[in-house]
Order: sequence, then C-alpha cells, then structure tokens
Amino acid sequence: MTTIVLNRRNILAAGGSVLAAGLSGLLLPSRAQGLAPTESMSGGSNNYRKGAPIVNRIGKGGFWMSGTVRRAGDGTPLAGQRIQIWAHTTEGQEHEPQSHGATLTDKDGKFRLEMPQIIPIFGQPHGHLAYDSGEFKTVFLRPVMRSARETSLEAHFVLQPA
Amino acid sequence: MRLARATLIWAALAAAICLPIAFAAASPLLEWRDPVYILAGFAGIIALGVVLVQPLLIGGYLPGPSAYRARRAHHWMGGALVVAVVIHVVGLWITSPPDMIDALTFTSPTPFSPFGVVAVWAIFAVALLAFFRRRWGLRTWRIVHMPLAAVIVVGGVVHAMLIEGTMETISKAALCALVLGAAVKVMADVVRRMRATSRGERVASPP
Repeated sequence: MTTIVLNRRNILAAGGSVLAAGLSGLLLPSRAQGLAPTESMSGGSNNYRKGAPIVNRIGKGGFWMSGTVRRAGDGTPLAGQRIQIWAHTTEGQEHEPQSHGATLTDKDGKFRLEMPQIIPIFGQPHGHLAYDSGEFKTVFLRPVMRSARETSLEAHFVLQPA
Repeated sequence: MRLARATLIWAALAAAICLPIAFAAASPLLEWRDPVYILAGFAGIIALGVVLVQPLLIGGYLPGPSAYRARRAHHWMGGALVVAVVIHVVGLWITSPPDMIDALTFTSPTPFSPFGVVAVWAIFAVALLAFFRRRWGLRTWRIVHMPLAAVIVVGGVVHAMLIEGTMETISKAALCALVLGAAVKVMADVVRRMRATSRGERVASPP
C-alpha cells in the first residue's frame, strides 16, 4: 500500500511538474512538427449520434456549415473524410436524429453542408462537428457563432494518425 | 404622499421582475423549445427576480409589511428560490443531460455555467445552514449568510448576463443592476448596524 503524503512541498512540486509538462506539450509539437493537431473541444461530443447518414442537406437547409480537414504536421488537405454535423436548429433539438447529418471532404479537404438555422441552446448559438472514422484520432468540435443572426459557421480539423 | 411613494415602490418592483418575464415570454426562441426546457428557463428568470426581492424584504425597504412579516416572507422566498433553482437544474438536465453534467462538473465550455453552479450551491448552503440560525444567534448567522448571499448575487447576475437565451438584453441588464444594487445597499446597512452594535456592546460591558 502506498501512502500519499499531501503537504505544501509535494503539492507545489506536483503542480510545477504538471505546469511544465503542460507548457512543453503546448509549445513543442508546433515547433517540432509544423501544424499541430486540433484538440477536441469540451462539450464537443454532447448529444453525438454515431453513424449519422451522409446527406446532401440536413432538413430544409438555409444555414451553411463549412470547414477544412488537414493532416497534422505537413498540413496536407485530406480528401474523402467523413465529417458529422449536428446542432439545435429550427427543425429539431440537438439529440434528435433529424438534426444530424454527415458529409465528405472534397479533393481540397473542404466540406460544406447545408442545414437548418442554428438556434441558441444552453446559452450559446453553437454547432457540433465530429471526425470519428478511425483512420485518424477522433476529434469533436463545438464552434460558437458570433451572433445568433449569422447564417453560416466554420470549423477546421487538423487530424493526427490514430 | 406616503401612499403614492409606497405604490410607486411596489409598481417599480413589479415592473422590474414582470417586464423581463414578459419579454422572455415573447422570445422567438420559445418556438423551437419543448415545454420542459421553457419551464427550466423561466424558473431561472423567476429565481433572479426572487434574488431581487430578498434583500428588499430583509432590509425593510418595502413599504407595508411589518419587520416581522417581511422577515417571514424572506424565509418563504428563500424556500421558493431553492424550488426555482431545482426546477431550473432538473429541467435543463432533462433537456440535455451531457450539457448539464458538464456544467455541474465545471467542465462546460460555456463561460456562464460555473457562475450559475456556484450560485446554486450557495443557495443550497444558505437553505441548510438556516436550520442553525436560532442556535447560532443573529450575529453569527449574518456573518455566515452575507458572504453566501454575495456569492448568490454575483454568481446569478454574471450567469444571467453571459447567457444568450430568451431574456431580452435591456430588461435583463436592468433587473441584474437592481439585484446588485439592492444587495450592496442591504449589506452596507447590515454591516453598519453590526459595527454600531458591537461598539455599543463594548461601551456597555463592564471593564
């Protein structure tokens, strides 16, 4: 059995090492390998439904979600990547199936999917996007609109091998 | 003249609380929300209104009720505040469990969530500690209650102001300003009274 002694010195030392590890983690990869991978955003995976179908448009449309998918390090655009998109919209709540859809990136690594107007939910007008196909590490994004009146939103993925 | 003043004060209080509720009731966002979510949202607005009434009652600023009745009303309104925030939290939990879990565990991406959650815990703390009020005596109770009340007021106001929801901006800001003003006023008065009392005790007590 290990006894963990909590005193001021231990806590300071632990805190210092966590801080040092965290800082080097933030600074080093971008210098060493070029483009850093996108981290999942907190709350990004909320109300996710795995395997949403690829659609030409979610519901009746009127709002555009777009973005890019690139590879970490050299920044090469990734074609044919499946991006899932969902949000609380004028046509349904976040968890409802009709609020979910997926699209594929084109040869330039760009994606663009029309969906119903996003409505503020839980205090912020925001969308959700997921890359969750296995080849690269899963990333969940949760971009926030600058204003609820906007009719488009962007999110960009930089993926690292799984 | 006194009646006119009393009427004016009550009318202003009613307007400060009812106007934000009326504006929120007219929000276009309600069309895309289900009843549980709507109920949860309005419970939050009503809780903010109760936080305005509380200092006015206990400070004796509302014309009409005796000090005893105002204090009794303050206790009942405290209970109502607990009920309102419970409805708010449970309703939001039902609406989107992962978002509510993020908020309660302080991992939410929304900047307003921790302010609301801290205020809710402070409300629960006051409600539980109120059972010891008689045993502790008024002075100790005030020393315990006032910092928690400050946390509730600041937490609640920041929480409300940062949210983009059904509340209309100007009526929300006005209500929040009144909540802050009423809390600052009553706390300043109570602190002044407590200082005066302790000075009086020192003079009166034997050497």
